[in-house]
Amino acid sequence: MRPAPDRVNEPDAAPGLDEAEIGRIFREESGRSVAALVRAFGDIDVAEDAVQDAFAVALRTWPRDGLPPNPGGWITTTARNRAIDRLRRESRRRELLGEAAVLSPAHVDPGLPEEVAPVPDDRLRLIFTCCHPALAPDAQVALTLRLLGGLSTKEVARSFLVTEPAMSQRLARAKRKVKAARIPYRVPEDHELPDRLRPVLAVVYLVYNAGLASPTEPSLCLEAIRLARILATLMPDEPEVAGLLALLLLTESRRASRLRPDGSLMLLGEQDRGRWDRALIEEGQTIVRRCLRRNQPGAYQLQAAINAVHADAATVEQTDWPQIVALYDQLLTVAPTPVVALNRAVAIGEVRGAAAALALVDELDLDNYYSFHATRADLLRRLGRNADAAASYERAAAMAPTEAERDFLSRGGRGSR
Amino acid sequence: MPQYLLSLHTVEGEAREPMTEEEMKQSWAQISALNDELKSAGAWLFAGALHGPETATVVRVSAGEVLTTDGPFAEAKEHLGGFYAIEAEDLDAALAWAAKATAAVGKPIEVRPFRDASGA
Repeated sequence: MRPAPDRVNEPDAAPGLDEAEIGRIFREESGRSVAALVRAFGDIDVAEDAVQDAFAVALRTWPRDGLPPNPGGWITTTARNRAIDRLRRESRRRELLGEAAVLSPAHVDPGLPEEVAPVPDDRLRLIFTCCHPALAPDAQVALTLRLLGGLSTKEVARSFLVTEPAMSQRLARAKRKVKAARIPYRVPEDHELPDRLRPVLAVVYLVYNAGLASPTEPSLCLEAIRLARILATLMPDEPEVAGLLALLLLTESRRASRLRPDGSLMLLGEQDRGRWDRALIEEGQTIVRRCLRRNQPGAYQLQAAINAVHADAATVEQTDWPQIVALYDQLLTVAPTPVVALNRAVAIGEVRGAAAALALVDELDLDNYYSFHATRADLLRRLGRNADAAASYERAAAMAPTEAERDFLSRGGRGSR
Repeated sequence: MPQYLLSLHTVEGEAREPMTEEEMKQSWAQISALNDELKSAGAWLFAGALHGPETATVVRVSAGEVLTTDGPFAEAKEHLGGFYAIEAEDLDAALAWAAKATAAVGKPIEVRPFRDASGA
């Protein structure tokens, strides 16, 4: 029937192609393959299983034969052949095979050396399906990491501090809904795009922040950047997609310097700017400049622009605070949230003084947000109101998200600036 | 073609302003326009508004005997008030109809897919 590239005997050890390296290549390529196969077979489980099968084949054949010239094409083709085999074997799925043949009339002849065949990029369809608003946000994140990011269920579970069975159940439930309710596999029309893009960008941003919040999972930050790059490549005309990528790159440039050795957060003004990653800054700022020329500001672009201004200043004293306040003014009009207002107040404090900032902060209804109390504490201390400051540090410490942060705040917070 | 149930739920004793006659008329006009649109698009299967839960009767088999009792089945605060059964190409198409329905009736609409004949 077909030459079955996997029917081999003992694999010889080929240098550099061990299981970890093959795993890395699969993780890089599998999103594209899963997306192509979901399109071909109209079924997420079939696509996932097939790519998993292809991984097993690669583990046997790549160390012996070496890396195929186009690993992504090889994975898709092998997975597709495996899926067809599997569907043929499983008679209960005969109907689905009939459907697949209709959906994919030009499926690759398994006899050809098709690793040279180009693979159409269906990842955009896949991410819009994974982030469909009919799915719960935690399901959107899990599906995106699993299907597009190529993370194992175990890795996704670990990233969000749930057990593997619980994550496996969450994924299964989401996939069942996609199938039963027929969540479509397509890129939304232009008029739907603003509403449909929002959850997609939110998922990528959430993945990044989950990586930031968990020092043991920094790979999530890199995964989010990878997803943002894919989106930016596939949707070059969406300014907010570019804005999100720029925001992530600029935030990432400071990741290494944002924590003290004890794990507590270091404010922007206290960080060692020599440790900021200049290459990431350069890339992020280039995107921000392109966004400014396009002049269709949105929340991600504005946050990226604020970060770009910070990155320009060699010292905190050289920061162009009036520019930052102007950007926060704009941000507050597109994203009128109390947290944005809090950050804007901090910037205003740098231009007009701590008293002006405190007046703005005190108007905010953020009593349950630890940063609110930490910010108030800083401002009170700068105004010499030490007893009030101590009380606010106390409140901030009680709500701090990590133990390191709690210890730090309860010791009276940050050094004077 | 996939089929969906668009159901609207009423909350018992829900505090809200009663509709004025004008609003009522407008709502009916919207609903009847939506019904016409569903029919001309070929999406219409069936639709109906229900009397209140106090009119419900429950029939069940208990120890081999058919028992008939005053309903409703679930003592809940929320009751099915009415529904549409429609055909739509996919969930997005069904959600687009639901958006029109919720605008017409002023209540949230739950969208659920029917199992198809093969049990999928």
